Amino acid sequence: MKSLSWPYRIREIPLKLELRGITKRFGDLVANDHIDITVEPGEVHALLGENGAGKSTLMNQLYGLLQPDEGQILVNDEPLVFRSPRDAIAAGIGMVHQHFMLVPVFTVAENIALGSEETRGGPLGWLDRRRSRRDVIETSERYGLPVDPDALVEDLPVGAQQRVEIVKALTRDVDLLILDEPTAVLTPQETQELLAVMRSLTAMGKSIVFITHKLKEVKAIADRITVVRRGKIVGTASPDTSEEELAALMVGRAVSLEVSKTPAEPGRSVLKLSGLVVDDDRGVRAVDGVDLEVRAGEVLGIAGVQGNGQTELVEAVMGLRELRAGTVELDNESLATLSTKRILRAGVGYVPEDRSHDGVVKEFSIAENLILDMYDRPPFGNAFKIDLGSVGTNAKERVEQFDIRCMSPDNAVGTLSGGNQQKVVVAREMSRPLRLLIASQPTRGVDVGSIEFIHGRIIHERDQGTAVLVVSSELDEVVGLADRIAVMYRGRVLAIVSPDTPREELGLLMAGITGNAREEETE
Amino acid sequence: MSTATVEEIGEVTAPEPFWTRQRRLGVALVLIGVLAAVLFGSLAPSEAARFTLSEDAEGAALSINGQFGAILFGIVTIITGGLLFTSFAKRYQNLLLSLGILTFVLSFLCWQVAGKFLPLVDTTSGTLQLALPLILGALAGVLGERSGVVNVAIEGQFLMGAFAGALVGTMATSVWVGLISAAVGGVIIAAILAVLSIRYLVDQTVVGIVLNLFALGVTGFLYERLMQNDASKYNEPPRLPEWRIPGLADIPVVGTVLFDTNLLVWVALGLVVLIHFGLTRTRWGLRTRAVGEHPTAADTVGIRVRGLRYMNVLLGGVVAGLGGAYFTLVATGSFTKNMTAGAGFIALAALIFGRFTPFGALGAALFFGFAQKLATYLSAVGSPVPSQFLNMLPYIATIIAVAGLVGRVRAPAADGVPYIKS
Repeated sequence: MKSLSWPYRIREIPLKLELRGITKRFGDLVANDHIDITVEPGEVHALLGENGAGKSTLMNQLYGLLQPDEGQILVNDEPLVFRSPRDAIAAGIGMVHQHFMLVPVFTVAENIALGSEETRGGPLGWLDRRRSRRDVIETSERYGLPVDPDALVEDLPVGAQQRVEIVKALTRDVDLLILDEPTAVLTPQETQELLAVMRSLTAMGKSIVFITHKLKEVKAIADRITVVRRGKIVGTASPDTSEEELAALMVGRAVSLEVSKTPAEPGRSVLKLSGLVVDDDRGVRAVDGVDLEVRAGEVLGIAGVQGNGQTELVEAVMGLRELRAGTVELDNESLATLSTKRILRAGVGYVPEDRSHDGVVKEFSIAENLILDMYDRPPFGNAFKIDLGSVGTNAKERVEQFDIRCMSPDNAVGTLSGGNQQKVVVAREMSRPLRLLIASQPTRGVDVGSIEFIHGRIIHERDQGTAVLVVSSELDEVVGLADRIAVMYRGRVLAIVSPDTPREELGLLMAGITGNAREEETE
Repeated sequence: MSTATVEEIGEVTAPEPFWTRQRRLGVALVLIGVLAAVLFGSLAPSEAARFTLSEDAEGAALSINGQFGAILFGIVTIITGGLLFTSFAKRYQNLLLSLGILTFVLSFLCWQVAGKFLPLVDTTSGTLQLALPLILGALAGVLGERSGVVNVAIEGQFLMGAFAGALVGTMATSVWVGLISAAVGGVIIAAILAVLSIRYLVDQTVVGIVLNLFALGVTGFLYERLMQNDASKYNEPPRLPEWRIPGLADIPVVGTVLFDTNLLVWVALGLVVLIHFGLTRTRWGLRTRAVGEHPTAADTVGIRVRGLRYMNVLLGGVVAGLGGAYFTLVATGSFTKNMTAGAGFIALAALIFGRFTPFGALGAALFFGFAQKLATYLSAVGSPVPSQFLNMLPYIATIIAVAGLVGRVRAPAADGVPYIKS
């Protein structure tokens, strides 16, 4: 085996990559179990699998961030060892991470130069900023990826930050690009643009490894599909394979991708927001005059790209954030002055968007997490004590009822998978009589099997006559669950539309573009 | 690729809030300006305030009527505050701010000096000398914190540097050996800090506090058991010589202060410039800042995060150790127990007040040094203002800075967060 040092280049375009028997263990867990993959030059190779299937672990080994316990990486039939990303880059492999690896307070050019800076010598390496800038502009023009070299990264929208990441990889002359869940943060339009960029890159002979769990995108772009489940390759497929078959491969059993539900029978108005104005943590206006109404027995979905005020809106309703103006009413009673505890006690269920920070206490057991909101109420306890017997009984029932896969209800919640942690939250919030259920990103980081289950529970709750507010950045989820969709953009509700509205129109609305046709439906 | 969609989303920023940093600073300046003009103006006797170029009351001097001066400078402060508030001349923001603070200080001086005299050269060089360890200590902090390691052990590094400089300097009868030993002393503390916080992921603030106590204990013990027994053998280091640069030293005030002085002054000022350009213009600086802001991003482009942090913390140890040398090799000529008396914490304050930048740290250190110098002057002339008030100034300034009353101080994002490779 041979190791490479920067900036030594071993290959000539095109690049053929082969992984042979890659195995990686973390303690008892086998994250990757003898994985074999070949990526041909100029192809988009999709790596499809659920969260936690081992896709990212595999790619981190390919990018030199982790070292495999067994197996070989071959570039153009030559076995190589990657001790750090530097080696991988030198071999022509670049990676765009799911969470962008950009320094927010640096300019685009600084971020792109970082690690392989152009210098004019000197003991500390005097930076040649003009050359760095020129390199950025050149790459950006060559591949048709517009970026402003002087902009601060923190001022850029996510779509543009992603372009910076891609340009950053391309300036390092890579021939194989790993894209880790690149569409998770994009609007439908931005996703289309990204797919176009991927096509033009492969046309220039670059190959792409596309990691995702979104079936539609895989079918749209991939030349070959490898499906991973629990660390193993469970099959390869061509893009002609149907979504149902791909999903079944991914999960290991047949799953229904559609949310099955009957038409809603909306009743009285339960939640009423009028003229709601809320600021974010920095004191910048996040919600700017929102009027909304959620009725009993219906699901109102809020669609929108993340960061358009959805988070702040929900937090304001839950009493977690101060109102600047406007009113929040639950069955005609104001919630504005109530504490979060009293809002919960008034019959509001809340599934927060950030499960690990706001949804569960990871160190607490499943049983304890299931009574976090009711610990001082009968039957679980009173102001002085907790009745461990009834806590235990409750836990057993909920674990069964909500299909929480665990060894014992006494295990810490932190030991569960994301999907099962979310089921704990859902079980807790749906175990008391509700008037209103607020579910923020209810299936983020949750496996397909659990998504089906959680969606079913939400619809079940609706059919019991609860008013449901669902916030999600996954358009599919909003469309599947909602009876009415409110599209949020820059702190305002642009339109309230029916879930039958064509995707393209929803996408445009999420990007803040309202057509005249939409106007009569706008509130 | 660049359709309207992307551009539109690019504008997802709310309008700027009314109370910007500039506006708040403006209001603050107007308030202290009014205080100066009214309070200082009414208290000041209508006598000449003389700022003399020589050491005594005679000779050339800048002179102004105390009451008139107090009111005049107070009014200038109000005007600069007003200009800041109205957002006039946005790009000269910092200049206006400095001018406002300067005129406030001048107003205060006019009141205090009215009917008396203030020797300019002595005040300026005293300020610089008192600021010297603060500058070096704060620079040590800049090096560590910009790469993501919190350094509250500056006090301990000072003490260790001061002690090592005195002990080894005396034994070797060479001030240069003493100076190098001082740097080594600082590095010893820095090395412990680095290993515990980078390798063993111990909470960096806790380690820092413990190291301060450790340095105090060790140097105190050795001082009592070793140095006090035979001071001439262990605790009489040669002093750092003062060098006079012919020509330049003849410039009034500035010449005496900057060009007829000891080596450490030049080292400190040189380091400010060097570290400033190092951080902003070199590969080392870009990587240091990247490691302090987003270590994972640095790692994914092949930068050795921990290695760079070790290097910067150790370099900081050298700089802080030199700061410690000031106490024994420049200021006094012998070591005494706990002789730094909290200077390391004022250096930490200067670092934060100076917004983690070399020039900011220099400015803050000079400001604090001036406050200390003024405190001595005020108690000497029997001023009604207790000198303790001025000694409090660094801490009050830091509280104001940290509380974000005049614009939030933004520490490097990964400051104090150990890097664990996933």
